[in-house]
Amino acid sequence: MSLNQKMITILLFPLIGLMSCGNEKKETAETKQVQKVVITLKGSDTVLPLGQKEAEDFMKKDSTASITVVGGGSGVGITALADGTTDIAMASRDLKTDEKLKFTEAKKDIQQITIAFDALSVIVNPENKVMQLTREQLEKIYTGEITNWKDVGGANEKIVAYSRESSSGTYEFFKDHVLSKKNYATTVLSMPATGAIVQSVSQTKGAIGYVGLAYESIGVKSLSVSYDQGKTYVAPSVSAAKDKSYPISRPLYYMYEIGAASKVKAFIDFALSDEGQKIVAEIGYVPLK
Amino acid sequence: MKTFYKKFSEKFIEGLLMLSGTVTSLTVILIVIFLFKEGLGVFDKKPVEEGYVIAINKNNAIRKITSAEIKNIYDQKITHWNEVGGKPDSIVLFRLEDISNFYSDDEIGENFEGLPNCINRLVDSLPNIIAFFPEKYLIKDFKGKQLEIDKIKLAEFFGGKEWLPTAQPSAQLGVLPLIMGTLWVSLGAILLALPLGLAAAVYMSEIAKDNVRRIMKPLIELLAGIPSVVYGFFGLVIIVPLIQKTFNLPVGETGLAGSIILGIMALPTIITISEDAMRNTPRAMKEASLALGASKWQTIYKVVVPYSISGITAGAILGIGRAIGETMAVLMVTGNAAVMPHSILEPVRTIPATIAAELGEASNGGLHYKALFALGCILFLITLFINLTVEFVTSRNKHNKH
Repeated sequence: MSLNQKMITILLFPLIGLMSCGNEKKETAETKQVQKVVITLKGSDTVLPLGQKEAEDFMKKDSTASITVVGGGSGVGITALADGTTDIAMASRDLKTDEKLKFTEAKKDIQQITIAFDALSVIVNPENKVMQLTREQLEKIYTGEITNWKDVGGANEKIVAYSRESSSGTYEFFKDHVLSKKNYATTVLSMPATGAIVQSVSQTKGAIGYVGLAYESIGVKSLSVSYDQGKTYVAPSVSAAKDKSYPISRPLYYMYEIGAASKVKAFIDFALSDEGQKIVAEIGYVPLK
Repeated sequence: MKTFYKKFSEKFIEGLLMLSGTVTSLTVILIVIFLFKEGLGVFDKKPVEEGYVIAINKNNAIRKITSAEIKNIYDQKITHWNEVGGKPDSIVLFRLEDISNFYSDDEIGENFEGLPNCINRLVDSLPNIIAFFPEKYLIKDFKGKQLEIDKIKLAEFFGGKEWLPTAQPSAQLGVLPLIMGTLWVSLGAILLALPLGLAAAVYMSEIAKDNVRRIMKPLIELLAGIPSVVYGFFGLVIIVPLIQKTFNLPVGETGLAGSIILGIMALPTIITISEDAMRNTPRAMKEASLALGASKWQTIYKVVVPYSISGITAGAILGIGRAIGETMAVLMVTGNAAVMPHSILEPVRTIPATIAAELGEASNGGLHYKALFALGCILFLITLFINLTVEFVTSRNKHNKH
């Protein structure tokens, strides 16, 4: 009897705790909704860390604001914007033609704001002698035409090419801008995360990979890249990406519907302010100015 | 009154037990039906994205084209029409984005109202063009010719060696490398884990002293509680470089790395279950064997192992089940290149890793989504086959024994 009672009280305690927790959360959410606008950001995983930090800092400044940030990929964010399930779409690429058409069909005007730049650097193992590659060489490496480092001025070593999984915006960007839209060779290894690429390249002698500028680390060496058949090579750096001399760089966007501009304006302004641009640099992307 | 109450509560509990049994079976059946319904849908689709057409000039003699040919044309591996049965002229590629290279913004119109006409004129004016664009920009009296493309065939799906489900304009869905990758990795894992696991189980149940066992058992069970991502990271940082150095390979992310990690992950299941089964051998049987003059080792392999064989197989099945279905750890260490593996020392891509990595981007109900479900069906059939084989083998063993 007493044992049973004890059991019941023990079992009840967490239950009560759980219930009270739930209530509390609901209340705060409700009060916020009543008081102030709620903004949702959805889209690119590349922009995600930036969006999160900006949302955090923005909410610290304006305690009444509530901002939700969700990833999923640029395509997911843009679709959500067209469906009206998000206020701001984060994107690491321009609108595709068929997406533009989708918006014209829905009679929505989209404002596209560049909030930062991201540069992709091509990385190799530090032991690799190769210091620079042309875009054509990169294309041939990733489409499987060049398989040995000696063909691009390196040692007689097999090339092990790493890429991101096909769900990543970086995968698409690299395909569009470096491989001239050709498909990756099936022999290319695909890794689930950028960190995994850095890790693998740092421990594999013949490796080559591509990562965001923010991910460069001491275990790997980044290559200079030429987009004019080898006349000039540019090393990836924040300043080179800023003055657009480094070719593999892309703008990062916030997109919103012009009709809803008043709702999101404060947040967009914050992202473009000096404070917002400082966050850009902290995260490892290239600020606008 | 009391008996009535007792009877009622008994009936109630009985009903509850039956209900939970029914619900579980129903859920399993429903999941299987859903899986196959979605998965078989892949054979109802064309490799070119729905709502898109591939068109050529009307004077081009080509009528039909395979998915692989389209891919090779757009990858510029096929550059002349005679390679696919046409005239020896070089192919001109056109995608919708390229329209601005041919026509000004004024001609296309601000809201793309001039686009269908532009495409029509373009396809008509270039005899060697191949154009890929959405169907809704096809005007009624289109002067070009639409290419016929077959639905995905069974032989193409299971025999194809290229897995490029997001390739534009035509997806390549060859699952053979993925099936082979899964089988290689799982087979390697079983070969590593089974002998090691059985040896450990025999040691723990028959040879180890009580206090040794008391330390070992919780330690091994702890292995089962480690999240698979942690195993994956361990594999990537420790095992991958080790394999690379030991075998002097260009790349350490190989099927073997996956096998080792999966083997380690399957060990606790195999050890715990087979050890429990062995300890259930009646003391009388063991003592009888020893009394007949059999040595300890003879007792183990003539009495203990045969007696507990069904438990050992159960452990092995569950271990294999974990190995085949495991996703995250494998995703991190096998390199995930969808190539046909020639040895276990090459990068492989497994079915679960493919599903986990790609389902997030596949649009609901689309070709890629259905193809991933079809992969799920294949995985299901593989595990089902293994389970049935093992059941068959154990039931035969039992007949022999009695």
